[in-house]
Amino acid sequence: MERSFLDPLKKPVLEVQEYIRLLGQVGRGLVTRPIYGRDIIEQFEAIGIGSLTVVLLTGVFTGMVLALQSGISLDRFGARQTVGSLVSASMVKELGPVLTALMVAGRVGSGIAAELGSMMVTDQIAALRALGADPVRKLVIPRVLAGTMMLPILTILSTGIGMWGGSIISATQLMVPTSVYWNSVVNGLYVQDIWMGLIKPIVLGFVITSVACHVGLRTKGGTQGVGRSTTTAVVVGSVAVLAVDFLLTKLLIVLMYD
Amino acid sequence: MAHTSASALDSSARSPNVDGQVPVVRFDRVTLAFDDKVVLKDLSFTLLPGRLKVFLGASGAGKSTILRLILGLLRADAGQIWVHGQRVDQLSEADLMPVRSEIGMVFQEGALFDSLTVRENVGYRLFEETRQPIAEVDRRVDDVLGFVGLRDMGARMPAELSGGQRRRVAIARALASRPKLLLYDEPTTGLDPITALTVDAEIVKLRDLEHTSSIVVTHQLRDAFYIATHRAATTGSRVELSPVPPEDADITEFVMLKSGGIVFEGTAAELRATTDAYLRSFLS
Repeated sequence: MERSFLDPLKKPVLEVQEYIRLLGQVGRGLVTRPIYGRDIIEQFEAIGIGSLTVVLLTGVFTGMVLALQSGISLDRFGARQTVGSLVSASMVKELGPVLTALMVAGRVGSGIAAELGSMMVTDQIAALRALGADPVRKLVIPRVLAGTMMLPILTILSTGIGMWGGSIISATQLMVPTSVYWNSVVNGLYVQDIWMGLIKPIVLGFVITSVACHVGLRTKGGTQGVGRSTTTAVVVGSVAVLAVDFLLTKLLIVLMYD
Repeated sequence: MAHTSASALDSSARSPNVDGQVPVVRFDRVTLAFDDKVVLKDLSFTLLPGRLKVFLGASGAGKSTILRLILGLLRADAGQIWVHGQRVDQLSEADLMPVRSEIGMVFQEGALFDSLTVRENVGYRLFEETRQPIAEVDRRVDDVLGFVGLRDMGARMPAELSGGQRRRVAIARALASRPKLLLYDEPTTGLDPITALTVDAEIVKLRDLEHTSSIVVTHQLRDAFYIATHRAATTGSRVELSPVPPEDADITEFVMLKSGGIVFEGTAAELRATTDAYLRSFLS
């Protein structure tokens, strides 16, 4: 068969087409029966509670290092007292949502791709269909719903503990009184910042889990294929988090700040 | 009667009814290719109620593909597929659900759900996809686990079972919703001969005692001939297996696939008596 110079593009185009098709099935599955409530609750626990430790650790260390670094920079301008504003604005708008999403992409994205990939190569997905269940409703929707709804909550907790970490460093290392720090935190935040910090994780949670489900359900080639899918889910999920974050930031700035 | 080409089967495949019965499965000139590789080409066959067909053939001959086409897990490129009198090859995923509810499938290696216990696996369809009362579902799960001799294994996880036990759980799961058609994909591959015989016995029992129509895909000739040459009957409360009488020999038919088509269809005795060079080499 004759090869065309367009051949290398076929696979990525096919992947995008299949991903969009999966999103369509998810959309239909969300508004029609059956809904697998027990599976949804299980995924809320697995994705939400299961990610709590890693997300809190990420948040607290990010807040602490941010305070340390900001303190040095602000000293040059004699503005050490405003460290709280810098920590809160950075954590709420950017670092909280993005770092939480990246940690979830690593922990949850790989887990979803590995689980669904293993089910694919061992015929469990085919068995599910043969037994009258729709894998999108049974497996994908609970994970996507849990990711979309739990990531904002995880982000709030991560951001909150990050700002608390910043206050510890401010008080112990920068010698900024705690009341001054928290006053600066509140003064440095606008309502739009909070909206941005809440909207981003909703979109990022959806992207991470839907990409991981898509990659998992496209797994072929035995255990090697499962390994490939796991890596792909983390890499694509992480890059997608950064790319979507940029696009979303641009869009939200236009919509809310201009 | 034995056939040595697909064309001989075509006339019966065109008729919706065969011998006054609605066929359980009817393939009419079905073709399927994956990219450039043609897996099935103009394949036609009919399975009548209460009968069992054993599909034989080399690896990659398209045996398992036939089962997936019946379930609608794959789509044919051309031709028609009828299951219980309903054309299924063009149905949507949602419309296939009622068709699948009357079919039980035993996958290669069992394909049990790792995260569920044996009991939850067996009762999966009844627990999740029907509104039957839990007590009724529990009773049915106990019945089918008893049928395959694993009544005490309900609380175990699939990882704790041997290969043979996993296959028997897979049979129990396929059986739980009382399907009219059972599909077995390499049910004995990878099992030791003694364990394989217990699985063969389950297939014979389901055919003769439950009168379930079945399709078995295998390349294990020993098991295929065991299924074709034995029948099950109840004596008091016991189930006994004995050689099948000649007048009932056509309950089980062999179908040999080669290059995407059927090269033989007939009984065990007809297959043994064949002079075709390819079939002889396969049997030797």
